[in-house]
Amino acid sequence: MIVDDLLLQPGAWLAPGADTGIVVSSRLRLARNLRDAAFPGWAGEEECEKIWQRLRPILQGLPELAPVVAFGMAELDDLERMILFERHLISNEQAHKGRGSGLVATKDESLSVMVNEEDHLRLQAMSPGLTLRAIWQRINALDHAIEQQVPYAFSVKLGYLTACPTNVGTGLRASTMLHLPGLVLMNELNPVLKGLTKIGLAVRGLWGEGTEATGNLFQISNQITLGDREENIVQHIEQIVLEVVEHERHARARLLERKELVLRDYVGRAYGVLTHAHLLSSKEALDLLSGLRLGIDLGLVPRVDRQAVDRLLLLTQPAHLQKLEAKSLKAKDRDRVRAELVRTQLT
Amino acid sequence: MHCEVCQENEATVHLTQIVDGHVKKINMCEACAAKSGLEMKGALSITDILLGLGGVKPAGRPEADRACPRCHMRRADFKKTGRLGCPDCYETFTAELAPMVQSMHHSSQHVGGIPVHEELRVQKTAEIAALQQALDKAVAGENFEEAARLRDRIATCRAQGSAAPEKGDV
Repeated sequence: MIVDDLLLQPGAWLAPGADTGIVVSSRLRLARNLRDAAFPGWAGEEECEKIWQRLRPILQGLPELAPVVAFGMAELDDLERMILFERHLISNEQAHKGRGSGLVATKDESLSVMVNEEDHLRLQAMSPGLTLRAIWQRINALDHAIEQQVPYAFSVKLGYLTACPTNVGTGLRASTMLHLPGLVLMNELNPVLKGLTKIGLAVRGLWGEGTEATGNLFQISNQITLGDREENIVQHIEQIVLEVVEHERHARARLLERKELVLRDYVGRAYGVLTHAHLLSSKEALDLLSGLRLGIDLGLVPRVDRQAVDRLLLLTQPAHLQKLEAKSLKAKDRDRVRAELVRTQLT
Repeated sequence: MHCEVCQENEATVHLTQIVDGHVKKINMCEACAAKSGLEMKGALSITDILLGLGGVKPAGRPEADRACPRCHMRRADFKKTGRLGCPDCYETFTAELAPMVQSMHHSSQHVGGIPVHEELRVQKTAEIAALQQALDKAVAGENFEEAARLRDRIATCRAQGSAAPEKGDV
């Protein structure tokens, strides 16, 4: 399987699943390291390559990851690495790495392992909707399967030892991607975000680590990884997310009740521009798709289905567009191709 | 009372040791106590002496250029990158890391999952901590026979914990 084949499927976080209206997707990751090796950032390329060559066949042979795909970062060109990044299979940091690092994943992208990113192993489970507890079972099973063959770095006091002390303990990051246009339009997002930060949760934009929240898409995740059990961390995030979902529902209801005309205008304009524009930047596309998505959720745009919009969230990203066109495109050309793609898909 | 070791100076250190289950008292001067590896400056824990852990700390390298014996990362390297060099760095830089970890996580003790090959070690560590508490209590109550029994159990636990099979080895 090559990276191009991934483009034939919707991406694990957007695949049709449970009610994915407000909670777009759930993601878990576990940071793990080998007991007998220096962490990737300190190890040097040769040692990283040895570790990748040692781990690759082990991971490829695990039933938990079957049917499996594996890519060494050095085997991929820039565009292919960006595709994997846009599909949330690798981080930005991993996308800029070469020899000595790689990715092993199930073909459906729902379960994956980054090798030699910040840590030797970064396990990830991804699924649409609010499904943290279900995917915890999957990632935990994968973790157990790996530890049968690889001795992990572990301390009785500090738990799983990681390159950065922020991840020590469980090594678990539980995160959900939420679509919150109601709270944004009602100007009620800030108090919610402040509240989340106060209880030790992190809020980021769509593509993680410092990106701003385009398209009203936010990622909420835990920051504390030491001193609590994995099940509690997962349950706590689910509980908090359900509360945020309630806030978003109320905000949407009040929008309809108090500002229906403004709301209809907002959604209508988004739909109008998306179906008639000839140039669309990545940010503009995401923001308008968010407006259209809200309209669909509220029953204001009956002719368009949400999955088509969700597919476009991914396909309008720069690397995906260029891969679809099978050539490298300058920003201006990307805007033209993006607008064309959106028009075709929505009309 | 004269020091039982040098037979010259006044004995100011009075130790009670338990050897093979028998209580043994020894009176020493400060110089002889220091020579035998006992640190007199801080409060002396009789429990530490009982377990043969008394006092002397190996003279380390100066703080600033201390490096991890395994991966050779220096403290300055860690300060610069914010990332550690290898799992052993947690031990090497424990003085800096402990307060950092506490303030990041509001905790300093892992309570989550344990790798299969570490289960025995974790179990024995917990047992040792409980036995240690009981030992401190026994010593405080001058119940030296019980203390000796507990000391032996701690030694057994330590041996079992370190001899745990490493199932995950490749």
